[in-house]
Amino acid sequence: MNTGFYIAQQVINAISLGSLYALVAIGLSMVFGILRMTNFAHGDMMMVGAFGTLVLGWLGLPFGLAFLGGIAIGAIAGVIVERTAYRPVRGSADVTLLLTSLAVTYILENLGILVFSSSPRNFPIPDWMNEALQFYDGQITFTQINVATIVLTAVSLGFLGWFVTRTDAGLGMRAAAEDLGAAQLVGLDVNQLISVAFAIASRFAGLAGILWAAQSGIVEPDMGFTPLLKAFVAAIIGGFGSIAGALLGGYILGALEVFIVAFLPSEVSPYRDAIVFALLIAFLLFRPNGLLNRTQEVKL
Amino acid sequence: MSRAAAFVATIVAVAVVAGLVAILPQLVNDYIVRVVIVMCISGVLVASMGLGNGFTGVFSLGHVGFVAVGAYVSGILSLSQAAKHSYLPDLPGWLSGITLPFLPATIVAGLVCVVLALVVGAPLMRLSGYFVSVATLGFLIIVNVVLINAVDFTRGARTFTGVPLETTLRWAAGWLVVTVIVLARVVYSPTGRRYLSVREDVIAARAVGIKVLPARLSAFTLGAFFAGVGGSLYGHYLGSFSPASFYMAYTFALISMLVIVRMPSISGALVGVVVVTVLSEVLRNLERGLDFGAFAIPPLYGASQIVLGIIFILIMIFRPSGIMGDREFGLGRFVKRKRA
Repeated sequence: MNTGFYIAQQVINAISLGSLYALVAIGLSMVFGILRMTNFAHGDMMMVGAFGTLVLGWLGLPFGLAFLGGIAIGAIAGVIVERTAYRPVRGSADVTLLLTSLAVTYILENLGILVFSSSPRNFPIPDWMNEALQFYDGQITFTQINVATIVLTAVSLGFLGWFVTRTDAGLGMRAAAEDLGAAQLVGLDVNQLISVAFAIASRFAGLAGILWAAQSGIVEPDMGFTPLLKAFVAAIIGGFGSIAGALLGGYILGALEVFIVAFLPSEVSPYRDAIVFALLIAFLLFRPNGLLNRTQEVKL
Repeated sequence: MSRAAAFVATIVAVAVVAGLVAILPQLVNDYIVRVVIVMCISGVLVASMGLGNGFTGVFSLGHVGFVAVGAYVSGILSLSQAAKHSYLPDLPGWLSGITLPFLPATIVAGLVCVVLALVVGAPLMRLSGYFVSVATLGFLIIVNVVLINAVDFTRGARTFTGVPLETTLRWAAGWLVVTVIVLARVVYSPTGRRYLSVREDVIAARAVGIKVLPARLSAFTLGAFFAGVGGSLYGHYLGSFSPASFYMAYTFALISMLVIVRMPSISGALVGVVVVTVLSEVLRNLERGLDFGAFAIPPLYGASQIVLGIIFILIMIFRPSGIMGDREFGLGRFVKRKRA
C-alpha cells in the first residue's frame, strides 16, 4: 500500500474523530468559561440526543427530522438540567459544582437504564449514510457518515462563530465568560445568557451523540461518558474555557488517537486511553492554561 | 480530656465493637451480616477518602483507582497455587510461586498503594480545585486501562476469580477500627491542623511555615494505604471481580457516602456509610418490584440510583456542608476535641 495514501487515510480518520471531540469539548469549554464548572453531565446530552433521535424514528419520523429533533431534545435537556440542578448551586465552591454535575450524570444514566435498559440498542441510519466512498482503488476509503460529521461540524462551528461575534446574545455570553459579576452589573440578563449557553453547548453535544451513534451503530445509556472524558482532555489541551482552544484540542486529540493506533507498534494501541490521560495530567502540570487560553490563573 | 481518659475511651469503644461483632451473627440473619460487612469495608474506604478530600481539601476522584490496585494485588498474592495455574498461567515465576495469607496480602496491597500514591501524588498534589479532580480522574482511568490490558496479571476485562473468601465480619470490623483510630490520631494532631490550614487558605498556611505539598501528599498517601487495604477486604469479600467493579459507579457510591454527611469528619463519614448503605439496600429491594396481591409495581431497575442521585443534589443545594454541619460526634468528640 502506498504510504502517502495510508497517511492521507489516517488524516481523514483523524479529522472525523477530532470533529466529534471538538463538538463535545466546545460545549464543555463554553460552560466552564462562564460558570467555572466542570460539567460531567455534558456527555449525557450525547446520550439524550441519540436516544431522542431513536425514539422519534420509532414514532415514524423520517431520519432527517428525527435527527433535528434529537438535537433539539439534547438542547432542551441541557437547559432543564441547568435550570433545576446547576442554578441553585451557582457560585459555590469548585467541588460542589463538580459533584452536582456528577450526580446529574448518575441520574441521567440511570434514567436511561430505567427507560431503555442497560443493553445497547441498534441505531438505524439510512443506507446512504453507510455507503463507502472509495478513491484510488480503495486505498482511501470513508463513509458518508464521515462526510456528514465533518460537514455538520463545520456548519455548527460557522454558526457558533457568527453567533458569538455578531449577535447581542453571543457578545453577552463572551462578556459573562470574561466576568460574570460585571456582566450582571452592566445590565445583562445573566440567567438568560447562561440558558442560551447551555442550549448551544447541549445542542452540540446532542449532535455529537447522534453522529457517534451513527458511526458505532449503537446507543446505550453510558455512551456519553468516554467521549466526555476525551472532551475534557481536548478542552484542557486547548485551554479550558476557550472555544477556539477546545476546537484545536479536539482535533489534536483526534489526530493523536488515530496516529497512536496507525503508526505505533500494535502492542501500544490498547494503552491509547492511558496515553491520552497521561497527556492530560502532563498538561495540567506543565501547561494548565492549555495552548490558547492565557487569561486563566491557576493557584496552588 | 486527658490522655489516659482518651486511652480508656478508645479501649471501651474497641471492646464494644468487639462485643457487637461477636454477638451480631447470633442476632440477625446472614443477609444483614453481609450488609454490615460491606458497611465496614465502605467505612474503611470512605474514611480514608475523607482524609485527603475533606481534611486537606484536595478533592480526588482517583481513590477507587487505589481500591482497584489493592484488590488486584492482594488477590494475586493470596490466590492458591492451583487457582494461579488455571486462571493466571502467564504470571511471572516470582509471583506464581508465592501464596500469602490474608493479613500479609492485605498489608502488602496497602504498601503497594503507598508507593503508587507517592509516585502519582508528587506531581498531582501540586494542583488544586477542579484541576486535581480531573487529574485524579485521569489516574483512575489509567489504572482501569492498565488493569484491562495487563492480561497476564489480571485476566484483563474478564472476571478475576478464585480469590479466597476471607473477609469475615471480624476482619472487616477489625480493619475499620484500625482505620478509624489511625485516622483520628492523625487528624486531631498537629499534622491534622496543618491539613486543615492548607485546606482553608494555602497562602496563609505557607506564610506560617507549613509546607503545602508534604501535607497534601502525606494525607493522600495515608488515604491510599487504607484504600488498598479496603480494596483487599472488598476483593476477598467478593471473591471475583473485574476492572469494571472499580470504576465510576463505585466512585460515585463512595463519594455520596462521603458528602451526604459533612466531609471533614471521620464519624460523619461513617454515618454517611450507614445512611447510604441502608438507603440503597432498601431502595434496591423496592426496585425489584412489589406485589400487593391486587396490584403489583413492576421492577424499576436503576430507580434506586436515581433517588440517591436526587438526594445527593438536594444536599448539594440546601446543605452544601452536609447533614451534620460542623459536628464530630461519638467517640471523636469525647476523645479528640480539645478546645483551648
